[in-house]
Amino acid sequence: MDKRGIRIEGLSKRYGEGATAVHALKDVNLHVDAGEVVGLIGPSGSGKSTLLKCLGAVIDPTAGRMILGDEVTYDNGWKVRDLRALRRDKIGFVFQAPYLIPFLDATDNVALLPMLAGMPNAAARAKAHELLTALDVQHRAQAMPAELSGGEQQRVSIARGLVNQPPVILADEPTAPLDSARAMAVVRILNDMARKYATAIIVVTHDEKIIPTFKRIYHIREGVTHEEAGEGRAIDHGAST
Amino acid sequence: MISLAGRDILHAWGKFLFTGIGLGLLIGVTLTMAGVYRGMVDDGKALLDNSGADLWIVQKNTLGPYAEASSVHDDLYRSIRITPGVAMAANVTYLTMQVRKGDSDVRAMVVGITPGQVGTPGWPPYLVSGRPISRSHYEAVADIASGFRIGDLIRIRRHEYNVVGLTRRMVSSSGDPMIFIPLKDAQQAQFLKDNEAILQGRRRTAGNPAFNRPAVPGLLDSVIASQSGNPYVNAVLVTVRPGFAAEDVAASIRRWQRVTAYTRTQMEGILVGKLIATSARQIGMFLVILAVVSAAIVAFIIYSLTMDKIREIAVLKLIGTRNRTIAAMIMQQALVLGVIGFVVGKITATFAAPIFPKYVLLIPLDSIAGFLAVLAICMLASVVAIRMALKVDPAEAIG
Repeated sequence: MDKRGIRIEGLSKRYGEGATAVHALKDVNLHVDAGEVVGLIGPSGSGKSTLLKCLGAVIDPTAGRMILGDEVTYDNGWKVRDLRALRRDKIGFVFQAPYLIPFLDATDNVALLPMLAGMPNAAARAKAHELLTALDVQHRAQAMPAELSGGEQQRVSIARGLVNQPPVILADEPTAPLDSARAMAVVRILNDMARKYATAIIVVTHDEKIIPTFKRIYHIREGVTHEEAGEGRAIDHGAST
Repeated sequence: MISLAGRDILHAWGKFLFTGIGLGLLIGVTLTMAGVYRGMVDDGKALLDNSGADLWIVQKNTLGPYAEASSVHDDLYRSIRITPGVAMAANVTYLTMQVRKGDSDVRAMVVGITPGQVGTPGWPPYLVSGRPISRSHYEAVADIASGFRIGDLIRIRRHEYNVVGLTRRMVSSSGDPMIFIPLKDAQQAQFLKDNEAILQGRRRTAGNPAFNRPAVPGLLDSVIASQSGNPYVNAVLVTVRPGFAAEDVAASIRRWQRVTAYTRTQMEGILVGKLIATSARQIGMFLVILAVVSAAIVAFIIYSLTMDKIREIAVLKLIGTRNRTIAAMIMQQALVLGVIGFVVGKITATFAAPIFPKYVLLIPLDSIAGFLAVLAICMLASVVAIRMALKVDPAEAIG
């Protein structure tokens, strides 16, 4: 397997200074290979959101090193200059709620990212359609988000996360609002897409239903991660969103 | 790249349309106010154009006959007529008053004109129907805006006048329609007192020992006779011969006749710069207030629309949308709102203008200036929303 994926070493994040400083992350080490889906679990206040924001290049870590694909994006205070382009080209996001742009149809919600990167509209739409087909939601390509079911919205959201073929996708509680069958279907899709597009996927979750499906899990507690092997339970391929 | 603003507008077209219509009504009021001002200026210029005069000879040191009262002897025109450079000189009286139209009143400017023909200073330059005044008494030519028709009777003071002709756009600087009547009748209407007042005046004169001297028979009758005449007019209108400069002729008249003479430029300055200056400032204040209110409304609307999209903006920023793309989206929406508002406003003003009792003149230049002002206001108004959008933290999309 290609080892691109994402790797972070000794990552820490401190809010504030002096006696009131809060150490949200302390020496976090984590790696996810291309094509792999890992779970990141932990109780509320454990630092999950902070870690996600650091990984998503939304906030700057205090120290440590972060490598996305084959590019060092953060190294003890140094960071790539254009974080906006980094997020656009190297990181895919899948949220708890799909957060689709309500005034764009499913195709354009997905095609928007390559368009923002300068791809011609027709090519971007073709790429979006390919992904929507892969996620079996191509028949709803012209539908507005309000016309899609929750599962369809989540699949469009996953397509959006994948469309620029980023080395890493950050999925924040992607199954939280879904019932068991639909949650399993989303996990199956994420696994399929990770393999198909050689993408590293980090799924932040506390959903007990899907945790057994991960082969590797990172537990985070008080800003420190611990890696452990997961059950890697097989997913029923008949599950549908 | 797709137009995010365009997609959002198409998605929520009802919201934009109705907001644009609301804004458009406000812009319509603004354009109409500008039209009211233009109408006032145009009325003033129409008054001067229609008089057919190059010079206005009025009482010394007054701004008459339109901006101030002016009274000159009605034989003054004879000596003016022989001034070098004068082609024609004619007496004229102006009196704004209520005239009776059947059971109702009409506010009009009654103009007394000397017998003559079309082209004589003071005469209406053209008629839309009927004929000019041909008799010395009790005939009138009325502006069509007065509501009179040919054959109607106008009651002015004690006499009735038969409408024999109609004019159009013959109005005073206040927009009141003009009614032309023979000069002698107009002098009577302006200066003649009622019978009771005449009797009282005669008694008062007879009681004055200076006029009622037993040793001078006939003195009292002579004084009373002189008081009964109406030898005054408000102005003498003059046309200048070709080849003569109006200012030179005016200077000559001022020097020799001890009167004030205004050229067309000076009279326009009095009408526009003095007579309607206060009204113009008033309208200007309204325009400023309306512009500020419009800007505030657009700013509030765009701010509210942007607030509704905070989560989407956070997602857009998170997935790598440039700030300028987001700013352009908000500004384009503000501009589209402004364009919708302007179109609605222009249509509203165009249809509303004829309904106004006074002349509302909508000129293309004002529309262009108004359109540019609306765009500028919308751009400025969107700044607040853009600043707010650019401050949105992409982390808000993650939670």
